[in-house]
Amino acid sequence: MSNEIKDIVLKYVIEEYVEDEDQEITYDTPLISGGIVDSFSMVSLKRFLENKYKISIPDDKATPEAFDTVNKITQLVRQFIG
Amino acid sequence: MSFSDTIRTIYQQQLNDIREAGIFKIERFIHSEQAADIEVEFPAGATLKKVINMCANNYLGLSSHPDVIRAAHEGLERRGYGMSSVRFICGTQDIHKQLEHRMTEFLGTEDTILFPSCMDANAGVFEAILTDQDVMISDRLVHASIIDGIRLCPAMHDTFKHSNMEHLESKLQLHSDKRVKVVITDGVFSMDGDCARLDEMAALCEQYDALLFVDDSHSTGFIGKTGRGTHEKYGVVGKVDIITTTFGKALGGASGGCVSGRREIVEMCRQKARPYLFSNTIAPVVVSGVLKVMEILSASTERRDKLERNAEYWRKGLTAAGFVLREGDTPIVPVMFFNAKLSQDFSRDLYDEGIYAIGFFFPVVPKGQARIRTQISAGHEIHHLDKALDAFIKVGRKYDILGKSKQEIIDRYGM
Repeated sequence: MSNEIKDIVLKYVIEEYVEDEDQEITYDTPLISGGIVDSFSMVSLKRFLENKYKISIPDDKATPEAFDTVNKITQLVRQFIG
Repeated sequence: MSFSDTIRTIYQQQLNDIREAGIFKIERFIHSEQAADIEVEFPAGATLKKVINMCANNYLGLSSHPDVIRAAHEGLERRGYGMSSVRFICGTQDIHKQLEHRMTEFLGTEDTILFPSCMDANAGVFEAILTDQDVMISDRLVHASIIDGIRLCPAMHDTFKHSNMEHLESKLQLHSDKRVKVVITDGVFSMDGDCARLDEMAALCEQYDALLFVDDSHSTGFIGKTGRGTHEKYGVVGKVDIITTTFGKALGGASGGCVSGRREIVEMCRQKARPYLFSNTIAPVVVSGVLKVMEILSASTERRDKLERNAEYWRKGLTAAGFVLREGDTPIVPVMFFNAKLSQDFSRDLYDEGIYAIGFFFPVVPKGQARIRTQISAGHEIHHLDKALDAFIKVGRKYDILGKSKQEIIDRYGM
């Protein structure tokens, strides 16, 4: 399940945010602190996860730190899937 | 609290950081009116130099038009210098209402409200009309003033890839549960000179029941057959719900802006937009000047037609000379250098040749996309453009970039 979430998140991040085809994104690439995803655009990722996994991530948990890598995002989603 | 040495040091350090990053901005002092030919003091203290201005937003050449200056003088005589008030206390004159009517008519909307600037219009409009039940979906390259307006608004914010309609549609689907959805774009993007695909955007907004917002500051007065703006170019007059635009560019270039669009939205701005409520009314002298500009534009398309011809001539000349340009068909013609230092060196050498054109680099444009943004005016004559072209070619030869591809320029100078 976790690996599946990881791959879905990675695919979404690449399709949604990466405009330079040569840029490599891994599970641990810093997305927000690395300037790939700006804090404005984070909202679409949050909404995507909420719709996809039928969860609700409170705003105080959806911090730039919690969304900074695919691995961290996966951890966050798992918490709410229960 | 005094301005202690400790505090002074904090700011000096920050300013040094800006200098070291190579992004410290220096003003060039112009000793003449705004026009194609200007007299410039640069650097500070240097002898005045006559140069051709290739970087003003004076698209229609109206900034110093004698009829506009005369109208401004008359406005000054008849309605005074200042109003010492915001609009809703005692700052609304008959001429402010006349200008609002004139803009509504010109843009083909339902109503208009003036703001001290388009920056203020963009800063105030979203907060005035949206709540936390709503969503703003903006193109990723919209102007900084829109970003500021979005930051001030409690509605959710999302973005779509620049001019990517499939991506926009996916966002409209993602946020379909929101009460009000607003799609936000520039009409003409100021750094690239490309136009938003308003016909497709208007269709998507209709399909997904969203409002369409367009900042047409780099369009009003000259884009479209009669200069109404990008909505005229794309055949969607009446289908853009909110247009913001400026009087600080093509429309005389002094200051001021407006929100024009659906009656209820304009009225909400009149009731709630903070830059409208808490900032002074536009000075009568400026309103009088813009009214004359609108009269000139409504009487003839001569100036926008000349601008179109000039821009085409300039673009063709640069292309034939072998420069790498951003594609487009507007008077904003970015010449690409990719490397920040090259763009600055090129700009400095152009100045020595009598051409005033500024280089832009990160963070104003993305990293590795440094450029000189040239802006054409109806105030340019062919001899101005020919002289500028000769200078570009001369400096282009010096740096050996004529006929070179993007990759060849990057290989030689770096990103």
